[in-house]
Formats: sequence, structure tokens, C-alpha cells
Amino acid sequence: MSSNSDFAEGLRGAFPIMASAAPFAVLFGAVAIANGQTVAEAALMSATVFAGASQLVGIELFGHKVQPWLIVLSVLAVNFRHILYSAAIARFISHFTPLQKIIGFHLLTDPQFAQSVQRGESGKKVSFAWYLGFGVMIFVPWVTLTVAGGIFGRLVGDPRIIGIDVLLPIYFMEMVLGFRRKAGFLPIVVVSALASVLAYRYVGSPWHVSIGAVAGVALAAFLPSATAGAEEPVE
Amino acid sequence: MSTFLNTDMVALILMCAVATFATRIGGYMLMARMKSIPPRLDAALNAVPAAVLTTLVAPAFYAGEIDIKIAMAVALVIGLRFSVMPMLLAGWCIVMVFRHLL
Repeated sequence: MSSNSDFAEGLRGAFPIMASAAPFAVLFGAVAIANGQTVAEAALMSATVFAGASQLVGIELFGHKVQPWLIVLSVLAVNFRHILYSAAIARFISHFTPLQKIIGFHLLTDPQFAQSVQRGESGKKVSFAWYLGFGVMIFVPWVTLTVAGGIFGRLVGDPRIIGIDVLLPIYFMEMVLGFRRKAGFLPIVVVSALASVLAYRYVGSPWHVSIGAVAGVALAAFLPSATAGAEEPVE
Repeated sequence: MSTFLNTDMVALILMCAVATFATRIGGYMLMARMKSIPPRLDAALNAVPAAVLTTLVAPAFYAGEIDIKIAMAVALVIGLRFSVMPMLLAGWCIVMVFRHLL
């Protein structure tokens, strides 16, 4: 059996990704404490949600005292891309057992998806051992470094002193910029931005998220590119 | 110090976890049932992440003090050319200079 070497190959393959994700685990831990979670709760969230961007969105909204259902809905929205991933990855992992699929889908992050598809398309088998090794190398440090960030955040106290409060909006901005080559990007972002600022100003804090998002999504459905770009392959 | 684990918080975290897992297994389950997605629905779903994330950026700029506004504006310019790390570093440096040196 080559499952041991596959596992080791997975571990090695994910190492650079883990290294670049590490600061965000620390950041999440520190922000979670600043927004009212305990270290244990932050660790629980990292282990059970295990999706960095949505964890940061969730904890940001929690800090704004947004209603729980809206937090869950926003986490769902940020993670929506995973639906495309799990659809696209299906043909490579159909040989997993049901339990392996459940574990596998929990570990399905952006890099896990990208590397699995690349491996599968190159003709190599996406074995469970390789997949697990890759996922573990991201999962274990992600949770561990969340705890480290949480302990650090508790030591510092006020997040403004070390400038943590500016990092989240910039991090989210980078994610928005990541979509800038998609059809209809600019009108969608402008409408969402205007609607959310107006809602923030005139309706009140939690509502700016749903009002702004609904405005952008509704626009997207009715843009001419909605039907024109349908034939283009998904990147 | 606050409690180790708060029941409401744990419930919220687990609901977020269930929602996330649903997205991770959902596409796989959908593939078994659906042949294609209507184009307008596809466009709407595609726009969800950008639209949601924008609502976290624009009001933060609007409501932020001058240090946050400048940091975010500079980060935006940097973000057109470079990745997330230079953006975060520049924004963080600007805010720290405002708060501790000016």
C-alpha cells in the first residue's frame, strides 16, 4: 500500500499553503477575543466552521451585535462558493466511503479544492490518504494558531492599540477585489456599497449587510451579462 | 474573565458550522439531481459573495475615522496591483502611525 506515502505527500503539499494561511488564523483568534468570544469558543469555531473568510465575517458581525440568524446567513453566503467546489470535485472522490466523504467535505477549503482538481486532472488518483494529509496540514495549525492568536489578543486588551480593527475591512476589500474580473463586477459592487452605506446611515447597523447584499444580488440577476455570460466556463 | 464556553455562543457557532458544511456537501448532492442551473439564478448566486463582502467594506470606510479612511484608500490602490499581505501591511502601518506617532 502506498497510502502512507500519499499521506506524507499530502502533508508536504499543503505546507506552503498552511504557512500563508497561518497569519489569518492568528488574526481570527485575536479578533474573536476582541469581539467577545473566549479562546475556547474561537477554537471551536475554527474547528467546526473551518473557513477563514466566513469566520472573520461571522465574528465581525457578532461584534456589531447583529442578530444570530443574519450571522448564520452571512456565513452561508460567504461560503456559497463551496457548492461549486463540491460539485466540481465529485468525480474525483466518488471512490471515498461515506465516512471519508463526510470528513473530506469538512476539509474542503479553497486550496484543498484547487489541489485536488489539479491532481485528479493530471491523472493521479485523489486517494483519501493524500486528501487527508493535505487537509490535516491545514486543519491542525489553523485551530492551534487560532488559540495562539486568542491568547495574544487577551494579553493586548484593546485591539485598537495594535491596529487590529483596520485589518478586517482591508481583508474583505481584497476579497472583493478578487472578483473584479467577473461579469458585472463594478455595477454590483457600486450598488451594494451605496445601498449598504445608505442603510447603515438611515436604517441602522445590522441591516446594512442584508440590504446592501440583496441590492447587489438583485442587480446581478437582471444585468444583461446574466444571460450573455452563461456559456463561459467557470474558472 | 468570561466563561469558558457560553451556551448561546456555542449554538451560534454550531449553526454556522452546519451552514458551512451544507455548502461543502451541497454541490455534490446537487450534481446528482440537477442538470443545469438557470442563467439568472447562476448570475445571482455568483454575485452573492462580492455583494455581501462589499457591505462589510463600504460602511467601514464611511463610518471609520480619518486614519481608517486613509488606510483603506491606500490599501485599495495597492490591492489593484499586489496581494493581500502588502495591503494589510500598508493599512496597518498607516493606522499605527496615526495612533502612536502623530
